[in-house]
Amino acid sequence: ASLFRPEIMRDLELPRHGLQILPYEGGAVFQQDGGYLAMHRDHDANRREFARHSKRDAEAYDRYSRDVLRHCRFIRPLLMRTPPDPTSFRPRDIQELMYIGRKFLDLSQTEMLDMFRFLTMSISDFLDEYFENPVLKAYLAVSGIIGTALGPMSPGSAYVLLHHYMGDVDGNIGAWGYARGGMGAITKAMGLALAESGGEIRTGTGVERVLVQGGRAVGVVLETGEEIRAKRVISNLDVKRTFLKCVNESDLPSSFVKQVKNFKIRGSSGKVNIALDGVPKFTALPDGSPCIRGDLHFTDSIERMEMAYDDWKAGRWSRDPFLDTMIPTLIDPTMTPPGKHFMSCFVQYCPPKINGNDWSDADRDAFGAAVIDQITEYAPGFKDLVLHAEIRTPRELEAEVGLTEGNIFQGELTFDQLLFNRPVPGAAQYRSPIKDLWMCGSSTHPGGGVMGAPGRNAAAEILRDIGKPSKMSDAYAVL
Amino acid sequence: MQSFDAIIIGGGTNGLAAAGRLAKSGRKLLVLEASSITGGGAQTHEFAPGFKTSSVAHLLNMFDPRVEQGLDLGRHGLAYAATSIATTALSASGDHLVLEGSYGERVLGSFSNSDRASWTALRSKLLRFAALLRPLKDMTPPQLAGGKQNDVMKLARLGLNARMMGRSDLREFMRMILINVADVLNDEIADDRLKGVVAFDTVLGAHMGPRSPNSLLLLYNRLASEAAGATASLALPKGGMGSVPASMFAAVRSLGVEIRTNAKVKSVLIEGDRAAGVILQNGEQIRARSVVSAINPKTAFLDLIGPRHLDTETVRRARNVRMRGNACKLHLALRSAPDFKGANLATRLVIAPSINSVELAFNAAKYGAFSEHPVMEIMLPSAIETGHAPSGQHVVSAIVQFAPYALKQGWKTGRAAFLDRILKTLETYAPGIGALVTHCELLTPVDLEERYGFIGGNWHHGELAAEQMLFVRPMPGVANYETPISGFYLASAGSHPGGGISGAAGWNAAERIIQVEARA
Repeated sequence: ASLFRPEIMRDLELPRHGLQILPYEGGAVFQQDGGYLAMHRDHDANRREFARHSKRDAEAYDRYSRDVLRHCRFIRPLLMRTPPDPTSFRPRDIQELMYIGRKFLDLSQTEMLDMFRFLTMSISDFLDEYFENPVLKAYLAVSGIIGTALGPMSPGSAYVLLHHYMGDVDGNIGAWGYARGGMGAITKAMGLALAESGGEIRTGTGVERVLVQGGRAVGVVLETGEEIRAKRVISNLDVKRTFLKCVNESDLPSSFVKQVKNFKIRGSSGKVNIALDGVPKFTALPDGSPCIRGDLHFTDSIERMEMAYDDWKAGRWSRDPFLDTMIPTLIDPTMTPPGKHFMSCFVQYCPPKINGNDWSDADRDAFGAAVIDQITEYAPGFKDLVLHAEIRTPRELEAEVGLTEGNIFQGELTFDQLLFNRPVPGAAQYRSPIKDLWMCGSSTHPGGGVMGAPGRNAAAEILRDIGKPSKMSDAYAVL
Repeated sequence: MQSFDAIIIGGGTNGLAAAGRLAKSGRKLLVLEASSITGGGAQTHEFAPGFKTSSVAHLLNMFDPRVEQGLDLGRHGLAYAATSIATTALSASGDHLVLEGSYGERVLGSFSNSDRASWTALRSKLLRFAALLRPLKDMTPPQLAGGKQNDVMKLARLGLNARMMGRSDLREFMRMILINVADVLNDEIADDRLKGVVAFDTVLGAHMGPRSPNSLLLLYNRLASEAAGATASLALPKGGMGSVPASMFAAVRSLGVEIRTNAKVKSVLIEGDRAAGVILQNGEQIRARSVVSAINPKTAFLDLIGPRHLDTETVRRARNVRMRGNACKLHLALRSAPDFKGANLATRLVIAPSINSVELAFNAAKYGAFSEHPVMEIMLPSAIETGHAPSGQHVVSAIVQFAPYALKQGWKTGRAAFLDRILKTLETYAPGIGALVTHCELLTPVDLEERYGFIGGNWHHGELAAEQMLFVRPMPGVANYETPISGFYLASAGSHPGGGISGAAGWNAAERIIQVEARA
């Protein structure tokens, strides 16, 4: 977890409800030639490690960090605000546009231009403006592609980097933390906070459809046929599931239905969870290196990442996939029996369909094998440690988690689907064309990641709508 | 010693356009061209005895009407062999699609009714949005933070026009400004031939595939341009592209401009942080009140001015301007007319059978390899007018993508290998064409750099991509044609609004210089 908004964590007092975020040391990128690049949480430690690979890049790293932080400072407050509708003349929209305009004009001419360039360029081109070492660039490019249907050479991927840098752990921008007990601990704590405020959660109750009467949402019908009425319905499902599955097309304007159908939600990632009989030994890492407790990557050049993306474009999983893995049990041993370990592998790229066909079990297993093979190249004997592997392709992500096409962000993060364009132009303020039916999922601004911001913004909008302005915190400043 | 009001370095279309505009304001001008002939990327040459072809650009589609009319080029010899040239989207099976009029106004061939309706709507939407952006081309990119003689008002007017389009159009416009062309086409159109040709046109001359975000911006650029008085259309000048600079040369000369060819500039003379003239390769010094660079901006900053006269930030930015060229130029002399399975040879022939064909062709370029299955646009000027080839024989002029400048295997061996790929592809669409070839010339991006000074082989003198357009073209800080060295200006395609045989950058730069010097 890095993206989870600290404002929400404090407003809901999640630590009191048992949430503990453990910061962790950076990690390592393993190189094909047997070397490695260590990653650290600490800027200066990182810089020293960079100098081992390139003196010039170590110097550029300061300039790079400063520039990225500046972009971050501009964008971050926008995450916690309802996007203005630039076509509207309502005072609130005009005010909000002016707020953004003023923030922009606070920048110097150069900063503005650099911001404009940053938001439109590819992470690969952006890094080329600072660095020369391929391994280092591969490491820094990671945040530009995670969860997206873009390659590191696709324009717009630099913004995605920012999307991932926006988080912080105890005020450390861009730092990643690990929720004790796994990511489920976050939602568990949130559930407790909700119960304390009198909310009720029912699990195992799929919603069949939203009840619409006289153009208003008045409740839901469960899969069991049970009807539950409410003053308003707020959908955390992605925009396609909400409007194409749970609502009758005839209740919606046809132009809206077309927009939703054209919403881009192509999944690009898979997940492999591996139960291990012991800690794998990576040949490149010195004994006792703390790096093993962080993120482990095996892609040592941007070209390899991009080729992995080319496979996805062609409708197959990457033959040489990009893996973002970690062994959480080295930080939080409570998740496995003593002596055993668990490795979590986030895998890109992995298309929603294989050459236009659905995933078969054989495809899934071959995909899992490609992942385990890659790790084994850097940790001989890894295969023998594997007790069990749970493989999740976009097919499983859709079937089990309900993410359309397995897209973890509930919709791609390109400019045509960001800010006032998210999810679709004209419906970016959490309202839907059906009165009292609201949206609060990652399909809405500011998008995905375990962040909580879309839900928080939607709540703020609803509270404003019913005349009870929220007491929620605004975005914390980036110092 | 002779002294001028301004010296223009580079006698390409933009250099001549700037010269013409400045001369009309009564200035005394000198144009210096390094090669033996003016024209830059717009030339006609004989590549085999009796066979003439346009050297790089082989069609006019972005010619700035201010240049054409302002310099009265018609009177100085510019005439057209053909205007509103149609495009044939070639199909390997012979089931071609023909796009006529202003960018597919009429589509002929087997074309489904639903596609016909969707294309009509999409085309008109794209043209509307392009027209909205059109005024940007004629202006100095405003400085966002304000500044002297800033065109912010023009920008505001554009914003107002956008609002006037109405709500749903404005929303669509904002969604479709930074989007990729593949998604837009796939959302609306089913026909692969049509989608292929539009995707091809979008990324022609770019380092992008149709699925690269922001690529649609390049299509708008194309649709907001004109040739021979018609928007979004194609024209072929009589005698090939060389006739364009030839008429400009004549027009500019008649305005009293002095033009010297074979005059390579070694450096810009700088006195007290001000440009004071130039020093030629042969050591000759020529003084002028201002110096205008109509050559590649990287060359201008890093070679002609030199890092010692610039701050580190400017040097770094100049080095970072991306100029990856991916296009080769192919010229074939044919002993008789080829048969592209019945296609009309007097049209532009495009081999780009689908969006994916273009995207896959681009994939290779990312890794320093050429496309195994290249996509291309083919012209046979000899099928349009006489004089290009001996009677009954023909000239093929093709722009072929993708072939990166930085080819990993090197162009020494790469040339023959890529030529083989191109001819194989051509053979699929025009069986027997290989046997008709009597002479062949392939210009690689490296050749284009050597011959025309297109650094990286990029004919825009800087890639056209959102992060290198408008306020940030060629790089932040110098987008308004002024530079940190006072009296030194930029006027090449590397500046806004970019390349194509247009003259717009040169014309805009001249307007800016007149404005700035009036203030001084």
